[in-house]
Amino acid sequence: MSNGRKKLVEVKNLKMHFPILGGLLRRQVGAVKAVDGVSFDIYEGETLGIVGESGCGKSTCGRAVLRLYDITEGSVTIDGRDISHLSQAQLRKLRPMMQMVFQDPQACLNPRMTVASIIAEPLEEHGKLTGKERLERVYELMDAVGLNRNFANRYPHAFSGGQRQRIGIARALALNPKFIVCDEPIAALDVSIQAQVVNLLEELQERFGLTYMFISHDLSMVKHIADRVAVMYLGKVVELAPRDALYQSPLHPYTEALLSAVPEPDPWLEEKVERIILTGDVPSPSNPPEGCNFCTRCPKVMEICHRIDPAFQEVAPGRFVACHLHDATRHNITTSAGSTGATTRSEHIQQGENA
Amino acid sequence: MTDAAPAPAAEDIHDLRPPRNQWWDVWDQFKTHKGAMVGMIVFVSIILFVTVGPWLWSFDPGHIDIRSRNQGSSWTHPMGTDQLGRDILARMMYGGRVSVAVGMTAMLLGLLVGTLIGVLAGYFRALDAPLMRTTDLFLALPLLPLLLILVALFRDVLEGVFGQAMGVFVLIVVAIAITSWMQTARIVRGDVLALKEREFVLAARSIGTPSRRINTRHILPNVMSPIMVSATLGIASAIITESALSFLGLGFPPDFPTWGRILYDGRDWIEQYPARVVWPGVFISLTVLSVNYIGDGLRDALDPRIRGR
Repeated sequence: MSNGRKKLVEVKNLKMHFPILGGLLRRQVGAVKAVDGVSFDIYEGETLGIVGESGCGKSTCGRAVLRLYDITEGSVTIDGRDISHLSQAQLRKLRPMMQMVFQDPQACLNPRMTVASIIAEPLEEHGKLTGKERLERVYELMDAVGLNRNFANRYPHAFSGGQRQRIGIARALALNPKFIVCDEPIAALDVSIQAQVVNLLEELQERFGLTYMFISHDLSMVKHIADRVAVMYLGKVVELAPRDALYQSPLHPYTEALLSAVPEPDPWLEEKVERIILTGDVPSPSNPPEGCNFCTRCPKVMEICHRIDPAFQEVAPGRFVACHLHDATRHNITTSAGSTGATTRSEHIQQGENA
Repeated sequence: MTDAAPAPAAEDIHDLRPPRNQWWDVWDQFKTHKGAMVGMIVFVSIILFVTVGPWLWSFDPGHIDIRSRNQGSSWTHPMGTDQLGRDILARMMYGGRVSVAVGMTAMLLGLLVGTLIGVLAGYFRALDAPLMRTTDLFLALPLLPLLLILVALFRDVLEGVFGQAMGVFVLIVVAIAITSWMQTARIVRGDVLALKEREFVLAARSIGTPSRRINTRHILPNVMSPIMVSATLGIASAIITESALSFLGLGFPPDFPTWGRILYDGRDWIEQYPARVVWPGVFISLTVLSVNYIGDGLRDALDPRIRGR
C-alpha cells in the first residue's frame, strides 16, 4: 500500500540492551534486552502505531529511534541520514527534524518554567529569533494547539492534564519537525480528553504534514489514528501490517490475543466475544526464552517454536509477521512473486536470523 | 474542541502581556511572606548598622580610655564600655562588618563549591564515586586540627599577598568554606540524582539542549529549595565558626573587633557585666534568624506551585 512513497524513517535490526551490573566489582552480568532486533520503516506522512503490553519495549524503542539512548546495535536512518552512531553534539543539529511527545504531561514539563518559556526552549536552542519574534512564534504555537494565549505566563501546575499535553505538543511542534514520536501521549489522560488530544494530533498532522510514530497500549485508539500498526512483544516486533488488515485478520497468535482483549462497547456483542486468555507472565527481557519469545504463552505453540526464533518476514504484501505458523505462506510468496519487494524482504529475513 | 475556555474579551486585552520577568512574581510572593519581610527589614538594618553606622558614630573602636572602663549604658556609650574603656557600640559596628562579611562570603563560597560538586556528582555518573568519596573524606576530617594546620601554613603567605587584615579574612573565609560545603554537596547530589531521571530532563535532551544548559535551566532551579536552606544555616555556622577561631587566637588579631571576639572578651566579665555578652549574642542571633526567615520566604517564593496562594 505504501509503494512509491518516500521512506522517512528506516529502522534496521535495532537493539537496545541495558547492562545489568552486579557483583563486588560492578561488572556486567547480563543485559535487559528491552529492544532486541526491531526493523520497520515509516513512510512520509503516515502514522505507524506501536502497540504491546507494558514492558514490551515500546517506549524504549521510540526513544532509541530518536537516539535518546546510545543504541546497542542496528541502524536508524531518518530522512536519508544515518543517525545511529552520531555523537550527541552532531545529533543536536538534527534534533529540529525529530521531536517527541511524552507520556506523562505532568512530568515532562519543568514545574519552574512558564508555559511561554517551555515552548520557547527549542526556539532558544536552535532558532535565531529575537525575543519578540520568539514570543510571536510561541503565541502561534499556542493557537495551533488550542491554548489560550493568556496562559503564556502561567506555570504547568495550573493546567489540567489535557492542557499540559497540549503544551508538550506545542513544544514538539516549535521547530517544524518532520517526524514526531508520540510516546503514549494519551495514556495519562481522562478518556474524554484522550479524544481531544488525538484529534488535535490528527489535525496537526494534516496541517503540517507530520509523520508520527504513535506508541500506545490502547488498541482502539491506535485503530483510530494509525495507518499501519506494529505489535511488539518482549522487545521484538511480532507483526506489522496495515491497520485494517491487522484488525480484521491478525496473523500472529499474540496479536489475536491482544485484539480479543479489546472491550466491546455493545453489551449484546460483548457477550459473544470469545476472549483468548493468555496464561503466565511475560518472561524477563534479561532472560528471554529460547526460540520464539512468545513460545511460553502461545496457545498455538509447536515444537519448532522452542528451538528456532521465527524470522520477521513478509507473508502477504505489506504484512510482516514473525511466526512459524506462517512459514509455509512465506515460501509460496517468495516462489510465486519475483517482485523487488521480495528481494528487500530477504534482507529482513537474514537479519532476523542473525538476531 | 479546545478545553481552554474562551475568556471574555475584556479580560483578553487586559491579560495579554508579554511574559514578564519571573523575578517580579518571586518578589510579589516574597512580599506576602510576613516573616520574610520582617527578616528582610532586620537584616537590612543590621547591614546599615555596620556599614553606615561607623560614619555616624565617631568613636574609634580601638581607642582605649582606661578611666571610663566598665561603664554601663549611657548617652555617651549607649552599649557601655569594656574593660579597657573602648566603646562597645563602635566595636559592634566595626565587628559586625567583619562578621557579616565573613559569614556571607564563606556561605557563598561553601554553597558554590557544594552545589558544583553536588551537581557534577549527581549528573555525571563517572564523577559520582570520586567526588562523593572526597566529600566523605572531608566529612571525616577533624575540623579543628585541619583549621590549625591551614592557619599555620598559609597565614603568613596570605598576609604577604593581601595585607594583614585582608589576608586573615581570605584565610578564614576559605577555611570555613572548605569545611562546610559537604552537607550541601550531599543534599544537592541526592536531588540531582532524582531530577535527572525526570521526563522534563529527557524532553530537554530530545530538544537538543546540551548538558550544561540542562543543568542551569532545569536542574538547578529545581534544587533551589535545599540549597536555600543550607545557605541560611551556612551563614549562622560561618559566623559562629569565625567566633570560635578568633577565640582560639587563630582568627583576626586580638585588637581587631569581630562579634565573636567581643562575645568571648565579654565572657570573663559575664557575671559583673552581662550586657557585654548579650549585645554580640543578640546581634549574631538576629542576623542568623533574619537570614533564616529570608531564606524561608525566598524558598516559598521561588516555587511556582506555592506562589500565588
